[in-house]
Amino acid sequence: MNLISSLYFSAPEIFLTISGLVLLLVAAFGGDKTARTVTILAVAALFGALVYTADLLTNPAYELGGEAWAGIYRMDGFGSFAKILIYLAAIGCLIVTPKFFTENGGYRPEYPILVLFSAVGMALMVSAVNLMTLYMGLELMSLSSYVLASFSRSDNRSVEAGLKYFVLGALASGILLYGMSLLYGFTGSTSYLGIRLALQDGLSMGATFGIVFVLAGLAFKIAAVPFHMWTPDVYEGAPTPVTAFFSTAPKVAAVAVLMRISLDTFGEQTLAWQQIVIFAALASIVVGALGAIGQTNIKRLLAYSSINNVGFILIGLAAATPAGASGMLVYLTIYVAMSLGGFVAVMMLKDAQGRQIEQISSMAGMVRENPLLAWCIFFLMLSLAGIPPLFGFYGKFVVFQAAVQADMIALAAIGIAASVIGAFYYLKVCKVIMFDDPAGEVVGDTTKSNWAVLLICSVIISPLGWILTKPLVELADRAASSLFFVI
Amino acid sequence: MIGIEHYIVVSAILFVLGVLGIFLNRKNVIVILMAIELILLAVNINLVAFSSFMGDLTGQIFAMLVLTVAAAEAAIGLAILVIYFRANGTIAVDDVNRMKG
Repeated sequence: MNLISSLYFSAPEIFLTISGLVLLLVAAFGGDKTARTVTILAVAALFGALVYTADLLTNPAYELGGEAWAGIYRMDGFGSFAKILIYLAAIGCLIVTPKFFTENGGYRPEYPILVLFSAVGMALMVSAVNLMTLYMGLELMSLSSYVLASFSRSDNRSVEAGLKYFVLGALASGILLYGMSLLYGFTGSTSYLGIRLALQDGLSMGATFGIVFVLAGLAFKIAAVPFHMWTPDVYEGAPTPVTAFFSTAPKVAAVAVLMRISLDTFGEQTLAWQQIVIFAALASIVVGALGAIGQTNIKRLLAYSSINNVGFILIGLAAATPAGASGMLVYLTIYVAMSLGGFVAVMMLKDAQGRQIEQISSMAGMVRENPLLAWCIFFLMLSLAGIPPLFGFYGKFVVFQAAVQADMIALAAIGIAASVIGAFYYLKVCKVIMFDDPAGEVVGDTTKSNWAVLLICSVIISPLGWILTKPLVELADRAASSLFFVI
Repeated sequence: MIGIEHYIVVSAILFVLGVLGIFLNRKNVIVILMAIELILLAVNINLVAFSSFMGDLTGQIFAMLVLTVAAAEAAIGLAILVIYFRANGTIAVDDVNRMKG
């Protein structure tokens, strides 16, 4: 019975792992020409896992969730919500990838398989309720990501991005792991529940260090200041579809893990981590806003924008309330649509020779030649800035509302003030593409798959997205409440 | 008598050496890979020491997991280093700076 329910709860991950291994065999025997088939099958597998997870999330019989595999894995609303976002982001990235690499040389079947394994790692991470499962999921995600970053082997920048990502990512894993070892030593357990119970009786010096190290390691993974320095380089250097992937799925997974660890595992010692999170949130907002101002490369600009957005997400965590957690999930959902849409739009900027355009100055006046693409970028930028009629505003609104309700008015005020600075560089991009003299370089793209993903993302962030508000908030509330339900 | 503190101190020293090795090293990326291994081994010392002093096997199982992951990590690190060398003809740390800002 126990085995069967364990299998039932973790079926999506098991299914994805087996699909990944089978596809690996297909790729090994079929060679590079199977790349397209493998991509389609990987998307199908992710979609299957998505449907199954959505069923687990909405099924009233499993509202309380359940433990699996002797308490190292937990199926609950929170994990399912995060997993659905992860699978959606992975599917979106896989759909736009093949065309990009076919044009820029060498699409190989490893790519969808690595994305698939990365998604399995992320799913394990967000469902983990034991430090060992967490570490294994995290490494599965990270190791696949390092390879993805350096996927264009002949491109110097991609290889350099892979190397930088590897070194700093491995350092982050090491710091996280050192924190885990201290937590294990000073609380006597590696399970979240055991640690939580041990922390109830007070906080020893060693456990404090453990908490700080674990949070620092996770801050690296979500690219929060002061551990953000790898982000612009990696986002710029990695091939654009990979950047789109990095800025969505792994970010959702790492933020979800950070939420579970802080609110559940360290939930009894909120004061120990709250100040760290407040500092990281404000520093991320400010550094993200100021760093983006001088950028001339649109991918670097979006990298700073993602640092900035992580800051806003962390404001919800600083509140440490169910409303804050729910706000974070809502923000994450909207952020995935904005970020995926933004990077897909960047991918579609091409000049007459079919080369990628990354300089903002080359996009000048592109509204004349490519009105639809320009308007999509325009609205995505405004949504990232949080301008009201667009859906991006709602994410910021719920997060700040949670902070105000938790009596953190100063934090919310500084955050709002800094988001005005942030609006400057988004508006600068809007001005360049809308009002400047046409540079006439952008030719645009007619790939149907790119347009499909871009238009879906644009519709979600447009005022039409407000239709989603009610179901989204209901699901997020339910997911967040399962975090606060543990004991 | 050697107590748990001694193990923690040794492991903390190794950990700091590993972190410094990543940031202070200006010569060679291989040294960075070694520094990463040093960090993971510092963690292993911690885990095994705690496990043995608490009489709880979990830490040793965790240490085996870390060893396995460290092997995979080293393999991927070296693979990335090889393609980096092919693309640039050097693995000096100071040359890893095509992107800035």
